[in-house]
Amino acid sequence: MRRAPPAEAPDPSLVHRHAAWVRLTHWLNAAAFLALLVSGVAILLALPRLFWGETGANGAPAALDLPLPVNLEQTGWGRNLHFLAAWVLVLNGIVYGIVAFVGGHFARDLVPDRDQLAPRHLAREIADHVRLRPARGREALRYNALQKFAYLAVLFGLFPLMVLTGLTMSPGVTAAYPELFTLFGGRQSARTLHFLTACLLVAFLVVHVAQVFVGGAGNLMRSMITGRFRVPGDDSRVPSRVPSRIPAAEPPDA
Amino acid sequence: MRDLSRRRLLAGSGTLLGAGLLGGCEAPALSRLATPYDWSNGLTFAVQRWLQRHQPLVREFGPEAISAVFPTINTTDPDHSDYRRSKALGFTDWRLPVGGLVERPGAFSLADLRAMPARAQITLHACEQGWSAIAKWTGVPLAHLLATVGLKPEARFIVVRSVDGWWDSYDLFDALHPQTILAYGMNDAPLPVAHGAPVRLRVERQLGYKSLKYLSAIEAVDRVDGLGQGRGSMVAELGFPWYAGI
Repeated sequence: MRRAPPAEAPDPSLVHRHAAWVRLTHWLNAAAFLALLVSGVAILLALPRLFWGETGANGAPAALDLPLPVNLEQTGWGRNLHFLAAWVLVLNGIVYGIVAFVGGHFARDLVPDRDQLAPRHLAREIADHVRLRPARGREALRYNALQKFAYLAVLFGLFPLMVLTGLTMSPGVTAAYPELFTLFGGRQSARTLHFLTACLLVAFLVVHVAQVFVGGAGNLMRSMITGRFRVPGDDSRVPSRVPSRIPAAEPPDA
Repeated sequence: MRDLSRRRLLAGSGTLLGAGLLGGCEAPALSRLATPYDWSNGLTFAVQRWLQRHQPLVREFGPEAISAVFPTINTTDPDHSDYRRSKALGFTDWRLPVGGLVERPGAFSLADLRAMPARAQITLHACEQGWSAIAKWTGVPLAHLLATVGLKPEARFIVVRSVDGWWDSYDLFDALHPQTILAYGMNDAPLPVAHGAPVRLRVERQLGYKSLKYLSAIEAVDRVDGLGQGRGSMVAELGFPWYAGI
């Protein structure tokens, strides 16, 4: 499935990069996340102040006053959309998690390979990232180690934290599980952590989308929509004196 | 803190609580699934009812946790002639009619409610706007009042009306919960006007908008789809879910 092109291939070939279920859950998650983000801001505008502990309100000292306008009219649709999207995100995440574990996607594609954890490899990845140099050849057919760390942090850190801090704001859920209050230090603490975690997720999204442009937006978008990915030529192995344009100009079946 | 009559009522009405769980399909959260929001809010309701199947109590705090700041929103002093007169009289003429599907309908004065077994609870009030505050509420459990008037077996919902026109409904799962009280005291003082004097409802496992202020009438019914726009509450007509557990 994720077969690399023959090393001698004169032309970068199209490979099947992402399984259909990965693409489907990815876009469902993306849609849910965007809806959660927009509706989350709508909800936040009713009280753009953050507190620590159990209680907090206008008139009480805030830990952080956000530079946002107060708007009490956006709460109704904001909350409805927020919880609809939250259900999509959670149910989609459960499906993703089950298939990823059972089907081996997690172990095969998301856990860093042994060679990726070598300090020299990591140092080179960091240098490549700093120079905005995307992976080529075989390396482009697996996630790089930094990418895997980021995905794992989002999957097992930020998203669970988001859901749990969100549930801590639910009087219905905390009636059954008051331990959530203890875990996060109170309802307002959970609200503050919910906001900060959302900021980290937005930071991830910004980097994620920026990397799509660095790595070739058309090619990467197609690979996440149709699954087809054109492997960028591995020019690191091509001696510099060989004009790279020559093989590329030949017909694919030459 | 726990009066025996209420415990007997709760223990003896496992069927009622069962109806709250199993008969939940009659609840406005599940009876009307027209939009995607109805489905997601219905799913929230069903899952939370399952999480609460053992009827947990919400946390109660010590007096040191009581908030210095407790906001008031929406109506803070009803502009209603009957209410103004009643307020001027210290609510001595105030009566709470309790009717509908009950054996012994009646109207209860503030003194009547104060004479009933009281429950005091220091709880966290969470508003859908995002703020939260802790206060001590003293009042009579709604379950006790309903036992006093004798709930008929066919009653499924309790409709609560406010003097400012606000109304909402509660299934028996929440109405009979021990912490669902008709509060006439706040922080060891009579309930202030801004917080719903003379009597407000406390429904602790839902957001603040379900804890109606300025109570004017209570009615037991078998269904709520004939009230207003049929969504079970006035806020539901404004786009806020009937069930406010999150």
